[in-house]
Amino acid sequence: MSEAGTIHAEEHHDYFGAKLGMWLFLLTEVLLFSGLFIAYSYMRARYPVDFHHAGSELNAVIGVANTFVLLTSSLTMALAIVAIQRGERARSLLCLGITMFLGLVNKAVEWTAEIRHGMYPGSPHLAAQPPGEQVFFGLYFTMTGLHGVHVVAGLGVLAVMTALVARGRIDRDRFILLENSGLYWHLVDVIWIFLLPLFYLAA
Amino acid sequence: MSAGHAASYLDDSGPRKGILGWVTSTDHKRIGILYLYSTLTFFAVGAGIGIVMRLVQLAPFHHLVTAQTYNALFTFHGVLMIFLFVIPGLPPVFGNFMLPLLIGARDVAFPRLNLYSWYFFIAGALIALLSLVTGGGPADTGWTFYVPFSLRTGTNVTMAVFGAFILGFSSMLTGINFITTIHRMRAPGMTWLRMPLFPWALYATGWIQILATPILAITLVLVMLERIVGIGIFDPAKGGDPLLYQHLFWIYSHPAVYIMIIPAMGAVTEILPTFARRTIFGYKAIAFSSVAIAAVGSLVWAHHMFTSGMSPFANMLFSLLTMVVAVPSAIKVFNWTATLYKGSIDFQPPLLYALTFIFLFSIGGLTGVMQGALAVNVHVHDTYFIVGHFHYVMFGGTGMGFFAALLYWFPKMFGRMYSKRAAYVAWFPIFIGFNMLYFSMLVLGLQGMPRRYYNHLPMFDTGHEVATVGSWILVLGLIIFFANLVVARFRGAKAGPNPWGGVTLEWATASPPPVENFEVIPTITEEAYTFHPESGT
Repeated sequence: MSEAGTIHAEEHHDYFGAKLGMWLFLLTEVLLFSGLFIAYSYMRARYPVDFHHAGSELNAVIGVANTFVLLTSSLTMALAIVAIQRGERARSLLCLGITMFLGLVNKAVEWTAEIRHGMYPGSPHLAAQPPGEQVFFGLYFTMTGLHGVHVVAGLGVLAVMTALVARGRIDRDRFILLENSGLYWHLVDVIWIFLLPLFYLAA
Repeated sequence: MSAGHAASYLDDSGPRKGILGWVTSTDHKRIGILYLYSTLTFFAVGAGIGIVMRLVQLAPFHHLVTAQTYNALFTFHGVLMIFLFVIPGLPPVFGNFMLPLLIGARDVAFPRLNLYSWYFFIAGALIALLSLVTGGGPADTGWTFYVPFSLRTGTNVTMAVFGAFILGFSSMLTGINFITTIHRMRAPGMTWLRMPLFPWALYATGWIQILATPILAITLVLVMLERIVGIGIFDPAKGGDPLLYQHLFWIYSHPAVYIMIIPAMGAVTEILPTFARRTIFGYKAIAFSSVAIAAVGSLVWAHHMFTSGMSPFANMLFSLLTMVVAVPSAIKVFNWTATLYKGSIDFQPPLLYALTFIFLFSIGGLTGVMQGALAVNVHVHDTYFIVGHFHYVMFGGTGMGFFAALLYWFPKMFGRMYSKRAAYVAWFPIFIGFNMLYFSMLVLGLQGMPRRYYNHLPMFDTGHEVATVGSWILVLGLIIFFANLVVARFRGAKAGPNPWGGVTLEWATASPPPVENFEVIPTITEEAYTFHPESGT
């Protein structure tokens, strides 16, 4: 998935084509998660009470704080693109740095509380819970985990973009790579916006 | 090797020479050839496994392998043939090679990505091969990896599934690449309705690859996670639901059969007008039926699950949709037939194989409609009838379409002509052996022979004997077929730019094509398949 950034390296002269390719790639990402959303909705319909109960065990404050952090990172990402389009390289680099920092913060606090409470797949504590709660936490770790993989991939892409901006390979005339990376980062955010209510606000 | 002016793509031109020049080239033609050799290698291995399985059903050879090995054999035969031959199938081979030529472009939209998708393909194949010798040994679940057995078996399902996951990326990237190419890189004047029909088929296929493959990817990830950390989504012991797996698996894997067949239909659509010397009948009907198959085909997946205990309403709905998806396929068959009517037929090997495609695909398609009927489905579920049906579609359809495309475009790809007589000679054993092998399976299935069984009752002896002998005849034909091409690759006579008198753009350039495809990008002023008899084409 880290190819997202390099896909279009040699084809940026066809701006629209590069954009189209990226959107198609994002579509596959949405569909990747959609399989899990199907699983979630089916399981939630099957175990409504267990899901309600399990959801209350997650810390909504952490979830909402995480959302705030991630949305802010989307803002700085967009600002980085605007900056490069205006030819302000230093400002763009600063915004990219903040974006990556916020991405790291977002993932650093996830999972710790659940694991401390013994709520992880395969733990004896979780195995003793009702089936619906086991499925809930299975989905929780899978979906936030897959989201985490995407954040890490996004951080990798942004690191490459930062280097390219610093070296002047991305500038006010050739910014499609940065723009496509931004699209990817926003997608990762959008997915999180759906994960938040499904897990943290389920109760 | 080239016609004298520009260097052919077969000659070394980049900074690297020889093999290294091939595996690092982003030329769509070279990547197509890489895919050709790799998929055909896997096809040969898969066919070899098939021969062994047929032998086991013959009494004297019954103890050739153990029951456990037999399970591993049909699993790996399926994984190889599905994920490494028919799903990649025509798009990465002939799509890569011919799409830019057919639409008058110099390459695909993302050449480097194209090369990466071949790397993904090879990586996935190596991982699948590695799964045979590591962990608990080769997977024994069947290519469908059904839970809960795939969660409980001690064999190396995790790695086999990981291989399929990686192969999915290859397929998806090819889809993204082709769709973008078709949108952005058609030659000036080539409107959508002037585009040849193989690109139309690749376009419809590309959308299925993009829309369906991610669902398989996530399903396989869940199987891996289930086996490694036990997340419980498919595991009934932990509150999960095995039927959810079947739904997610078939949401991809049924549309995947259209990933396999639509490009083969597209290739046949290129072949028929060339040898009928007239324009295709029903251009729009064929173009849009590809898209219709892709659309409706995405909504029929649960017909694989009629015996799983779904609600009667769901069963009826999926049965109806299954019947509906046969309509656009039938539209194509009627249009192909009508194209030949009153054409001035020039009978050549590619046409023979294309007609064989239509015949075998029709049997495969009609047996498919039979299975779409709920009552019949219960009777034939999990029997040899299913096995016979999908071999008619996948091998008789996609496989035969692949062979027809290979015979049609071989002179273009390598600049040399094969022995037409040998191609005809190979056809007889292929056709006779094929029908002995798979028609017997249809009969065996109706008699009640269950699929994937290591052993069978004496009442099925005759059917199995006919099928096994058929498999030998079929392989004999395949050996003649490919030996002919291998000889032609090195010793064949020069083919010239347009040996068949085709009018699509690939015949307007040299054989083999120069690196840049066209000296000047052509401008299109008329519809595809417009013949001009007065001027000799």
